[in-house]
Amino acid sequence: MLTNHTLTADGLRKRYGDVHALDGFDLSVPPGVIHGLLGPNGAGKTTAVMALATLIDVDGGSASVAGFDVRTQAHQVRRRIGLVGQHAAVDEILGGRQNLVMFGRLYGLNSADARVRADQLLDAFGLTDAATRAVSTYSGGMRRRLDIAAGLILTPAVLFLDEPTTGLDPRGRNEVWAAVRRIADRGTTVLLTTQYLDEADQLAARISVMNHGRIIASGTPDALKRQVGGDRVSVTVPLREPLASIAQRMSAAVGAPPAIDADTRTITFEVGTGVVAIAEIVRALDELGVTPEDLMLRRPTLDEVFLTLTDKEVAR
Amino acid sequence: MTTLRAGWVITQRDLAHWVRQPWAPIFGLLFSIMLLLVFGFLFGGAISVPGGGDYISFLLPGMLALSMMFGVEATATAMANDARKGITDRFRSMPIGSASVALGRVGADMANSAVELLVLILGGLLIGWRISSDPASAALAVLLLLLLRFAVLWIGIFLGLTFRGEGATMAVQVLVWPIGFLSTAIVSAETMPGWLGAIAAWNPLSATASATRQLFGNPTGITEGPLVDGAVWLAVGWPLLLTAVFVPLSARAYRRLRN
Repeated sequence: MLTNHTLTADGLRKRYGDVHALDGFDLSVPPGVIHGLLGPNGAGKTTAVMALATLIDVDGGSASVAGFDVRTQAHQVRRRIGLVGQHAAVDEILGGRQNLVMFGRLYGLNSADARVRADQLLDAFGLTDAATRAVSTYSGGMRRRLDIAAGLILTPAVLFLDEPTTGLDPRGRNEVWAAVRRIADRGTTVLLTTQYLDEADQLAARISVMNHGRIIASGTPDALKRQVGGDRVSVTVPLREPLASIAQRMSAAVGAPPAIDADTRTITFEVGTGVVAIAEIVRALDELGVTPEDLMLRRPTLDEVFLTLTDKEVAR
Repeated sequence: MTTLRAGWVITQRDLAHWVRQPWAPIFGLLFSIMLLLVFGFLFGGAISVPGGGDYISFLLPGMLALSMMFGVEATATAMANDARKGITDRFRSMPIGSASVALGRVGADMANSAVELLVLILGGLLIGWRISSDPASAALAVLLLLLLRFAVLWIGIFLGLTFRGEGATMAVQVLVWPIGFLSTAIVSAETMPGWLGAIAAWNPLSATASATRQLFGNPTGITEGPLVDGAVWLAVGWPLLLTAVFVPLSARAYRRLRN
């Protein structure tokens, strides 16, 4: 192997008409970790996955997966990857086991081995009871898990997961998250694209934020969050109370400037550690004799991470 | 070898669909049988065959050819659906030869059409159609029908890979009708206005329909023109030409998925 990284991309470029879907895309992911690729719709996440999974030709740059060049050694790469795209790409008419046996045979297993592997995967993903049912009767989460299982038939070096929880309900999302963690625990490198900071935060050891076809920031979830500031605390004040003076008083307490939304009567502070700030705010409100209608602590949203990072990019 | 094996696995997937959802192919067959009955009995009384002969005997080989041609729709729809649902991308991410996906489609659709031919032939025999030639000629007629199916299969693969939207599938479903009717499959070209008859006579479907009639020993409805002597050759030549054009176009469309 030329590199100790399982996944590398160096200056990948891909143009669709006037759109630069990949515009100097760089990435390096060490073995056995979950790497989150975070960005809004149209940032180029799917194009990046398609290029790394050998499905599309790039216009420039190079990339390797498990030590093989995705452009010149596509066949070797395909033996070492699993691709789980945005659609649950499984046959809906067939049963779960039939799907896995079919994909197993396409990966080169003989019928007997394909059946054994299918049963192992059905068991690992909690689908044994539904093995013979048509996939069209599966819930969204079950379908996704089958889809992921199909990408794991040869225990790939790299699993690509393109927005695996989009469209799932919370239960389905949790099922998929648990499955992804187990996969990484067994040594498979996972490249996970997502629009949700929360999801990347839950799963990924490192996150790369993508916009306009390139990576604009990389780091651990905590480091990225520090880059965009800390938690947000919002206080909604009852109608009769004086918004500005309350904001001023709380601002002094937490040591951060207030962002006031007069329409919703909400005052928001960007704070270091949310729980400490909440204690300060509650105390200040208490001294003022104000009972808040709502008090909320939340992480920066992807919008905020994103706006902060792109602002920095523009300023540079 | 691995490409052929992968193609066979993908073919088996479609065969498994028949077992899981037998109604889909059965409705397809019922539709073909309905067409046969509508034209044979509802319209047939009003249609006379130039050169003489019974209309049912004239019609049945035409319906066989027509059902092979209509197969283009099933092929295009299946290809487009797989591409749209990401199944084609999954196949493309696997270590299998790039021809496997198309070969799988070919295997499944040829099997489907062979069953359809068998059912229509049995249905024809039930309503009074007869083969009045030798078994070798009859076998050649069946081969020519399957050859037409093989040729339009590649048209379907090309269309399915190129136009993946649902609208395109609908367009194919609508367009097969004028192409099917503007041929000698249902009525003789000699009953049409001259210019229209000339177009119909050169329709590849007409070559197969006429050649099949000749080989089954059925009335052909032809008294003049290139189909009198050349039908069998045209029924070999047209599908080979279509295949020679659409196999490379399909391969190109498959490669263009990489764009």
